[in-house]
Amino acid sequence: MKLFLRSGDVVEKTLATMLKATQHASVADELSGTSGVLQRIDPRVKLPGLLLLVLAVACSRHLTVIAAIFVAAILLAAFSKISALRLAVWVWLPVLLFTGTIAAPALFLTPGRALWVYGPVMVTNTGLRSAAFLLSRAGTAATLSALLVLSTRWSWVLKSLRVFRCPAVFVTILGMTYRYIFVLLGVAWDMLESRKSRTVGELPAKEGRRLAAASIGVLLSKSLQLSGDVHLAMQARGFRGEVHLLDDFRMKASDCVWLSVFLAMAVMAFWYGR
Amino acid sequence: MHIPDGYLSPATCATLYAGSAPFWYYALKRMQKVLHTRTIPLLSVFAAFSFLVMMFNLPLPGGTTGHAVGVTIAAIVLGPWAAILTVSTALLVQAIFFADGGITAYGANCFNMAILGALSAYLVYRIIAGSSAIQSSRRVVAAAVSGYVAINLSALATAFELGIQPLLFHDASGAPLYAPYPLRIAIPAMMIGHLSIAGMAEMIVSAGVVAYLQRSEPALLYGTAPGLQVEGGMDLAPAGWGRTRPLWFAIALLLLATPVGILAAGTAWSEWSVDDFKDIHARQQIASNSGGHALPTNIPAGLAKLSSFWTAPMPAYAPAFLKSTAFGYLLSAMLGTGLILLVFLIGGRLFGDSGGRRNGKIAGVR
Repeated sequence: MKLFLRSGDVVEKTLATMLKATQHASVADELSGTSGVLQRIDPRVKLPGLLLLVLAVACSRHLTVIAAIFVAAILLAAFSKISALRLAVWVWLPVLLFTGTIAAPALFLTPGRALWVYGPVMVTNTGLRSAAFLLSRAGTAATLSALLVLSTRWSWVLKSLRVFRCPAVFVTILGMTYRYIFVLLGVAWDMLESRKSRTVGELPAKEGRRLAAASIGVLLSKSLQLSGDVHLAMQARGFRGEVHLLDDFRMKASDCVWLSVFLAMAVMAFWYGR
Repeated sequence: MHIPDGYLSPATCATLYAGSAPFWYYALKRMQKVLHTRTIPLLSVFAAFSFLVMMFNLPLPGGTTGHAVGVTIAAIVLGPWAAILTVSTALLVQAIFFADGGITAYGANCFNMAILGALSAYLVYRIIAGSSAIQSSRRVVAAAVSGYVAINLSALATAFELGIQPLLFHDASGAPLYAPYPLRIAIPAMMIGHLSIAGMAEMIVSAGVVAYLQRSEPALLYGTAPGLQVEGGMDLAPAGWGRTRPLWFAIALLLLATPVGILAAGTAWSEWSVDDFKDIHARQQIASNSGGHALPTNIPAGLAKLSSFWTAPMPAYAPAFLKSTAFGYLLSAMLGTGLILLVFLIGGRLFGDSGGRRNGKIAGVR
């Protein structure tokens, strides 16, 4: 990750961030269409099941329980055609870089029994445990969240939110938000690309800031215009404020088995992790 | 500032979900009442906009780059309630789909960035902008300051939530189970980055976008400028007292819960009094909470001198004339909340709506 950039690279970096988001969505969509174990489970079972495991990870007071859930997550990924390399690049490396950086000083700063001493530097028992807790919890929870997104179409994730009695309005807003992220992403991409093609040489920092603020201002104005157009289009199709969602999921016998498996894993994790 | 899963205890997460819920409920009800069929398209598209704002990189003085959260712009253009919903929705998409921020910590992230951020940005903007003209440079300054304040308040709340974890949640060996750093480390570590880089990014984007809108789309700024309203818009102005009823219930519940504070044993770290230095049990407890470092034998001269400088009328949340500690906590909470509200009321009267009636219209929402 580049922290220090030349001012002229700002447009490039913004475009790269946008491209990364698009690629992320494209890969997730592609993987969710394959025929793996997780992909075959009804989203109404998978969503609460994986969220229960995330909650169990958050509640556990034992590293072994968190490690067991992590191993289970890796096995689920393997049977769902989600490669370990994909998880390493998407989840584990960012967690290691971000949470690892945050957790590392805890090794030395947390008071406790000394495990290793080298001059003024001392790694403590409690420091090691607290860093391990933070890293394992963050890594396992992020892996479980990634499994959900990589094995389920976004529209199905949203529909299954209805299991938790989420209001239909909220589910619709989330669905439309996801759709319009990519519409506005296209608008912003075209705007920045055209600016980049008209720019010769390096953009001074002050000009870069003005460009970013003006681009956000234009995007804001276009967003409001777009919301007005969408509203008119919805009204033209008979929308009067009531939201109805089609519920086309079918529970199979295997889904009931998976529901039991998720419940059993979560109960065991809560019991042994207490 | 997006807290991932594993950094906060389930109890903290649940508390912050519960703390955010009344704001979400009230904001959604208010939006549906004001906008009716426009609620869904407006909030969806604006949530997508909020998501994208976080992708814009901008060069900052010193050679580094940063990005804004965009909560200030949303609060200035749409008002605080719509901003709460749009930023919360953007945060949910980030948490579920892009793993930026945890699912269990979603309530905390919304409380810090969407709720605290939007309300503080709106309040500061309104106080500084006052009844100045839409084209006034005072509004650009107001946007800059409100962006800086909002981000830093959000960061402070995040640091506080992370900093209390090791005090409250640790295993039998004393190892912190969640975020490992106490307040004395968490607050400076979080604030240094936000007082410099992140605060500056939000400040530049907020001021820059308001300056841009003044030149090209001034109508979008009328929504949060009561007294300068244009006709034909929709009322998105802040709610009156009567319409904020759910929030008053939430405050009342929090007031009633204040006696729970009695359960906390000992003195909070670094809030020691002269009496704690004299008491042998208190000294032992402080030493055990400070990694075995004992307090100095003598009371520090500065502490001894300044402790008599000001005597609080209700020391330790327990007025001398009350027998019940729990009632003392309750009374202190009521008095403290009342004083804060009074300060804001006076501030609002002095700097806020000095122009016309409170019936702002937003022309930008077509």
